[in-house]
Amino acid sequence: MATAAAHRTARTPGYGGREATAGEQDAYQRAFDAAVAADERIEPRDWMPEAYRATLVRQIAQHAHSEIIGMQPEANWITRAPSLRRKAILMAKVQDEAGHGLYLYSAAETLGTGREELLDKLHTGRQKYSSIFNYPTLTWADVGAIGWLVDGAAITNQVPLCRCSYGPYARAMVRVCKEESFHQRQGYELLLALSRGTPEQHAMAQDAVDRWWWPSLMMFGPPDDESAHSAQSMAWKIKRHSNDELRQRFVDICVPQAQSLGLTLPDPDLKWNEERGHHDFGPIDWTEFKEVLKGNGPCNEQRITQRTRAHEAGAWVREAAAAHAAKHSGDSHENRESRETGAKQA
Amino acid sequence: MTTTAHTDTAALALGDDALVLSHRLGEWMGHAPVLEEEVALANIALDLLGQARILLSMAGDEDDLAYLREERAFRNLQLVEQPNGDFAHTIARQLYFSTYQHLLYDRLATGGGPFAGLAAKAVKEVAYHRDHAEQWTLRLGDGTDLSHERMRRACEALWRFTGEMFQPLEGVGTDLTGLETPWLESVGAVLGRAGLETPEGPRTGAWRAGAGRQGLHTEPFGRMLAEMQHLHRSHPGASW
Amino acid sequence: MTNTDWPLWEVFVRSRRGLSHTHAGSLHAPDAEFALRNARDLYTRRGEGVSIWVVPSAAITASSPDEKDPFFDPSADKPYRHPTFYEIPEGVKHL
Repeated sequence: MATAAAHRTARTPGYGGREATAGEQDAYQRAFDAAVAADERIEPRDWMPEAYRATLVRQIAQHAHSEIIGMQPEANWITRAPSLRRKAILMAKVQDEAGHGLYLYSAAETLGTGREELLDKLHTGRQKYSSIFNYPTLTWADVGAIGWLVDGAAITNQVPLCRCSYGPYARAMVRVCKEESFHQRQGYELLLALSRGTPEQHAMAQDAVDRWWWPSLMMFGPPDDESAHSAQSMAWKIKRHSNDELRQRFVDICVPQAQSLGLTLPDPDLKWNEERGHHDFGPIDWTEFKEVLKGNGPCNEQRITQRTRAHEAGAWVREAAAAHAAKHSGDSHENRESRETGAKQA
Repeated sequence: MTTTAHTDTAALALGDDALVLSHRLGEWMGHAPVLEEEVALANIALDLLGQARILLSMAGDEDDLAYLREERAFRNLQLVEQPNGDFAHTIARQLYFSTYQHLLYDRLATGGGPFAGLAAKAVKEVAYHRDHAEQWTLRLGDGTDLSHERMRRACEALWRFTGEMFQPLEGVGTDLTGLETPWLESVGAVLGRAGLETPEGPRTGAWRAGAGRQGLHTEPFGRMLAEMQHLHRSHPGASW
Repeated sequence: MTNTDWPLWEVFVRSRRGLSHTHAGSLHAPDAEFALRNARDLYTRRGEGVSIWVVPSAAITASSPDEKDPFFDPSADKPYRHPTFYEIPEGVKHL
């Protein structure tokens, strides 16, 4: 990730503080276009079109928010995990999600937007997070279904983002993808244990897959002909594949995986199409998608309420630490001394 | 009792401490005051859960012990089962317990007994937990008026659960009463630097029957166990 | 910064002995002590590091795009700084 310090002057490259002339603007635009065309990365202090910057902030923030809100449905089961091994795995996974949120907020900050501002937009509904997290985790098997299907869909979306044209975002995604490789596998393994377990466990697994399959397909976003931002994002190489392309790839991957699990995917129209070399699948209920997006999902309100409450309840703690730092900012000896006892030093 | 049985008793007590505190810290996930702290608290919870699994496995099957024992059979300190409260309560609980655990594991690591191997690894983890608690105690105690007051209240509220830590424990292989003086010094020093007074109230309850090490717990613990054990117990014999 | 908005820090991690610290990312912390600890928790939880530096983001001075040419171009026309500039007869070793 590029230093977030760099963002401070990123907006106005200016010569000695004066505004760039129209000719210089054109030159900047040409340099930007050439860099994107040559598959070079755009870095924070490079000139970039304002719309590119705004698109990135929107997308990275939404991605970061999804990681943070996405902790909730899974954390819902930490205190009830049915074995200590599963409990450790689940805690590590939810912790990773907090970490991924932090990587992504840092990437967004390189564009000149602070985390506090982004969180505020999340809390007040001005920025979105992935709609998938507005569905509830009703049973333990849902933890497995989230790992297999939701993380699986997320990974399908995220792997191409490792080559995104914006450097800090691409680098954050490399880290996220590397760490997430265990998330999907643990979910699959969890479901496999249930599927091969008692009849009650098998039924629990099937029920979870039945509920999570369609919402997972919606994670790729609206069909290409209705996707508002896709074309420009593809041109900017923020996005590398279309929504429908990625959705198809995901379906093709999941079908044999479901067979190995001994579970069925809840779509009577799902079948191999020899001619296309892909699986055909049934129509997606976009009405539900739009309703959930609008705020009418089963958990929209609950998720934001919990997030806002945690943030507000923690304000006094953040204030205390800031006040302590202000009091002791000149206290370098003590700082040095206590640092020795802390994290490893060079 | 045989030596092995004594070791089991101690393994259960130390294992239950780690298991229960890990569970309480796990309850913070998604609720921490700042995102960085979500990661920090989870790290501590994961360290403790790792310790618990090793310790419980010394005494039997880790899942049978965690999920199938009744409340009265748990041997953890009452301190670690106390509800999270506000962040100050969690930090006070961490300060009291991690200071104790650090002193204890430091001794066990060099003692050559059945816990030496585990303690040698865990003492490094626990040193970090103690440091985390100390750093936060300093910031809350010497932060704002509000944080000072909350930290003071938390330290007082949990003080009465700290005496139990130094009760003799069969099979642990070290004299726990000997940890009390260094514990008081260490905690007192941190509180002093944070501008907080060492609480003065009693450090044990008046109930003669005992406390957590005797299987006598506080009321919130039963509800914690009900939540923790419910799913496992609903599917007898199932594997996960 | 508002009173609850902690400043930003840049994190540099030495992944193992013998390598230099490399930029890993950034984070928020109220002070240097917590910046180090948060960095340890966030950027080395899979054993990625043996040493960490943290620097307040505000303390970093960066070259700016318009400085890019004078900063970096002159070195591009001094190929004699690079070993590949020189022709050595085949078979000569240890050079």
